[in-house]
This record gives sequence, C-alpha cells and structure tokens, in this order.
Amino acid sequence: MLELQNISFHADDKDILKDISLKIDDKFVAITGPNGSGKSTLLKVIMGIITPTSGKVIFDGQDITDLPVNERANLGMSFAFQQPVRFKGLKVKDLLSIAAGKDVSKDCSYLRSVGLCPRDYLNREINDTLSGGEMKRIEIAMAAARGGKLSLFDEPEAGIDLWSFQSLIEVFENLRNITNGNILIISHQERILEIADKIIYLKDGMVDRYDESAKIMDDLNMRRRGGCDCAYGQKGVSCNG
Amino acid sequence: MDELEKRMLKEVAELDSLPVGAFNIRSNGASEARNSTANIQIESRESGDGINVYFKDGTKNESCHIPVIISKTGHKECVYNDFFVGSDCDVVIVAGCGISNCGGHDSQHDGIHTFHIGKNSKVKYIEKHYGEGTGTGKRLMNPTTVVYLEEGATMDMDTSQIAGINDTYRITKAELGANATLIMHDKILTNFDQTAKAEITVDLNGDGSVCDIVSRGVAKGESEQDVIIDISGNARCKGHAECDSIIMDKGVIVATPKLKATCVDASLIHEAAIGKIAGEQITKLMTLGLNEQEAEQKIIEGFLR
Ligand SMILES: Nc1ncnc2c1ncn2[C@@H]1O[C@H](COP(=O)(O)OP(=O)(O)O)[C@@H](O)[C@H]1O
Ligand SMILES: [Mg+2]
Repeated sequence: MLELQNISFHADDKDILKDISLKIDDKFVAITGPNGSGKSTLLKVIMGIITPTSGKVIFDGQDITDLPVNERANLGMSFAFQQPVRFKGLKVKDLLSIAAGKDVSKDCSYLRSVGLCPRDYLNREINDTLSGGEMKRIEIAMAAARGGKLSLFDEPEAGIDLWSFQSLIEVFENLRNITNGNILIISHQERILEIADKIIYLKDGMVDRYDESAKIMDDLNMRRRGGCDCAYGQKGVSCNG
Repeated sequence: MDELEKRMLKEVAELDSLPVGAFNIRSNGASEARNSTANIQIESRESGDGINVYFKDGTKNESCHIPVIISKTGHKECVYNDFFVGSDCDVVIVAGCGISNCGGHDSQHDGIHTFHIGKNSKVKYIEKHYGEGTGTGKRLMNPTTVVYLEEGATMDMDTSQIAGINDTYRITKAELGANATLIMHDKILTNFDQTAKAEITVDLNGDGSVCDIVSRGVAKGESEQDVIIDISGNARCKGHAECDSIIMDKGVIVATPKLKATCVDASLIHEAAIGKIAGEQITKLMTLGLNEQEAEQKIIEGFLR
C-alpha cells in the first residue's frame, strides 16, 4: 500500500532522516521512538508537506514523490497535525465540510465521535479561543471525516486530558473497525501501540525496529511501568513526552 | 429596475425583491422607490441631496433599507442621509452602494451618514460597498459615517468593501455618552492598483462607555491601504481596537494606532498585526484537498467574513 524507498532528509547540516526504506501494508501501524527521532518529519514526507532530499514514496504502486499535498489528499490520504493550525474567521463547520466533502451543518457524528458536542462547536471559529485539547480533537475529527485510503495522525493523544483519554482510544479502535483504509499513527501511548498491528520504532532518523506490535513492546520493555500511560515512563515517574 | 440594477441590489443589500419595512432605493441620483412605516418616516431633505429618516421612540424589530446604485458612467453625487433614532428602539439599518461602470468616465458616490441614536436604543448597521464594470472610468466611494450615541445606546456596525472600488476614503467618527457601546467590524479588500484610506475616530466621553473596533484588511496586487484608528478615552471607559491585515503580492498596508487618555479611569488597548497568509494554513487546507489558490481564497474568505 505504502512504500518508502531510501528516504533521506537533510536540513540545517543535519541528517534528519537517514536512508529509510519501509513497506507498510497492515491496517493499523504505529510509529514510535524518542523525541527528535524524525517521526513527524517522516509523516510529513509521506503526505508531501516535506520534500525528501532523496528517495521515493510509492502509494498503491504509484510514485507520488513529486505530487503536491492536495493531490495526495485527493488520492485518499489525510493528515492530522501534531500542532493543529488556527484560522481567523473560519469555523469548525467550514473545515469539517471541506474535509467531509459535504455540508456537515446537520451531521454531528464527526464531532461527537471525538467527544465534542456539535451544537457547541460547529459554529466556533478555529482561532485561539479554542484550547489545545479542543483543537486536537477537532483535528482528529477532520481526518476521520476525510477518511480515505491512508489516514496519518501525528501524536493525536498529546494535550488530551486524562478524562477524555479513554474515549480517544475508543475513537481509534472505532476508526480501525469502520475504516476500509489504513491508519499510520505516531504515538507514545501504550494503549494505542497495543491496538496496532505493527510498530515502527524510529531512532536517530533510522528505522531501529519494525515488527509485530506485541513483540516490539515486549522487546523494548514498553509495557506500563510508572504512573504514566506513556510507553517511556519509568516506574513511579511520570513523564510529559 | 433592469437586470443590472437588480443584481447590484442583491450584491449590496442582499435583496431579491423590495424589502419589508421602510426603504429608499436610490438609483443614478433619483429615488426609485420609497416606503415609510408607522414608526419609520423617510423624508427628502429640503436641499434635495439626501434623506432624513425618523424612528419613533420604542420602535422595535423594524428595519430600514437604503441601498444606492449607480450604473451610469460619469455619475457623481454627494448624498447626506441623517438618521434620528428615538429612545428605546431596536432597529436594523441596511445601507450599501454598488457602482457598475462600463464607461470611460469616473463614477463617484460620497455618502455622509449621520446617526443620532437616542437613550437605550440599539442600532445594527450594515453597509456594503461594491464596484464592478469593464470600463476605464473609475469607481470611487467616499463614505463618511458620524455616530452620536446617547446614554445607554448601542451601535453595532458591520461595514465592508469587498471588491471593485478604485479609490476610497472612509471616515468614521463616533461620540459616546454614558454607558454607550460602539461595536465596529470593518472589512476591506483591495486589489490591482486600488487604494483605500480609512480613518476611524472614537471619543469615549461618558462614564461606562465601551468601544470594540475590529478592522480587517487584505491588500492584493499593488494595492495600498492606510488605516488609522484613533480612540480617545475621556471618562471611565474601555476602548479596544484590533487592526489585522494580510498582504499579498506587492500589496502595501499602513496601520496607525492612536490612543489618547484624558481620564485616569480610561482603559485603552490597540492591537495591530500585518503579515502574509501563514504557510501552515495553506498546507492544512491542502491536506483537505484544496489546491494552493483555493486554499488562499478560503483563508481570505474566512478572514474577511
Ligand atoms: N526543517 C527542519 N530544519 C532543521 N531541523 C529540523 C527540521 N525539521 C525537523 N528538524 C529537526 O529534526 C529532528 C526530528 O524532528 P521531528 O521529525 O519533529 O522529530 P519527532 O517528531 O520524532 O519528535 C529534530 O531534531 C528537529 O529539530
Ligand atoms: Mg513530532
């Protein structure tokens, strides 16, 4: 479905991605790894937001390396940003409608599925009156509304409070069940890593491990140890990664 | 009314047919249709260069439409419209001017609107300016809006100039009495070699008076905008102004904030920002399938909404 051939990205005299080659066919694949390991950069290369210094991106057999972002979107790719973008004047229903390809004024399912009441949010401007957590959920709703063949999520759990966390996991479990497409998600969350078919473990811009989820989690000792849900948490020590 | 005039009417006043309530439709310098109601009286000024509109005390949930259309090339006019709103009213006034100029002579509308708004009255004022036409003649508009707010009165203004005006010089002046409120949203888009100058002056003279001015501008092509917002706080009052602009191509925007306080209990804030469209906003919309031009258009549409 998705193939990366020798992807490298070089910027600021740094090798941020180093000769990454991967084939992704499983329905739900998670990318994890330390901060700064190149996860977001890799996801942006897949979406076309970043042009790699060298290498090729193949999607459903088609070389899309030179295809602009919107054309990739129209091939069925969607992207939820780690840091969602704000717009003065544009409303939640405007962007959701573009994402869904239809008027969502009367369709509430997208927002409800991320735990937001449509009545309260459809007419809100996507400006800085929305909190970080609200922005993240709207971002997820937009990617879900777009659906399609490949949905890319960059740390959807970051900034979501503990209360909503359980329902967020349900969102992804649900998404996994209903979508006909594939999901590629950057996450540090044990609960999300657990429901993945495979995990890509990125380190220093390289693929360190790529295997069945359970195997990687055991091998890298990622099961919950501390009071923190984060797969990197140390016993008794919470972390904010 | 011909098709062109009907279309212009829709553009500036969102009217498909004659409006309900009071109205005066001015076309190429003459009153084409007029209607007064039991509470809203429209009269021609003796000098013949505009109208006086009287709202009886307690007029509620009524509207008054006064669109102006110019379709004759070379037509130039200066019109005075005065509004006398009694006390305890709650009304909507829709003004607007459309110039269609397909000829070689400049067409111009200078409208001077003066509002006297009585105690505890609320006025919603909507004004749209629009120009079109293929001729070499310019489309010029110089609106002046003067607002006097008595105790407890509120004026909520939505003013916009979205397309097709070559040159404009917009003056807005307001004086607020005790507990009066002025809300103003001004939107302006210029393109090509158009120029727009806007001067907004507010005097907060009464204790408890409040103003909130939001000015949004987009300058495309080689157009230039010059915006001055000037607030004086002369009592225990609150004044807020936000001047937010997007420049594209070779557009130029000058934003000049001016605040003056003559009372220690005056609290005045001015925020101004100018910049191009954020690249990440375009990228985000492209991930939703829009191409770069569509994304830009959507962002501006929202910004000027
Ligand atoms: N355009 C860029 N120019 C220079 N450095 C970059 C650029 N993009 C990312 N980086 C750097 O590359 C590294 C990987 O970044 P990122 O992909 O965001 O990591 P992760 O998402 O795994 O935390 C970081 O050190 C980051 O500072
Ligand atoms: Mg990241």
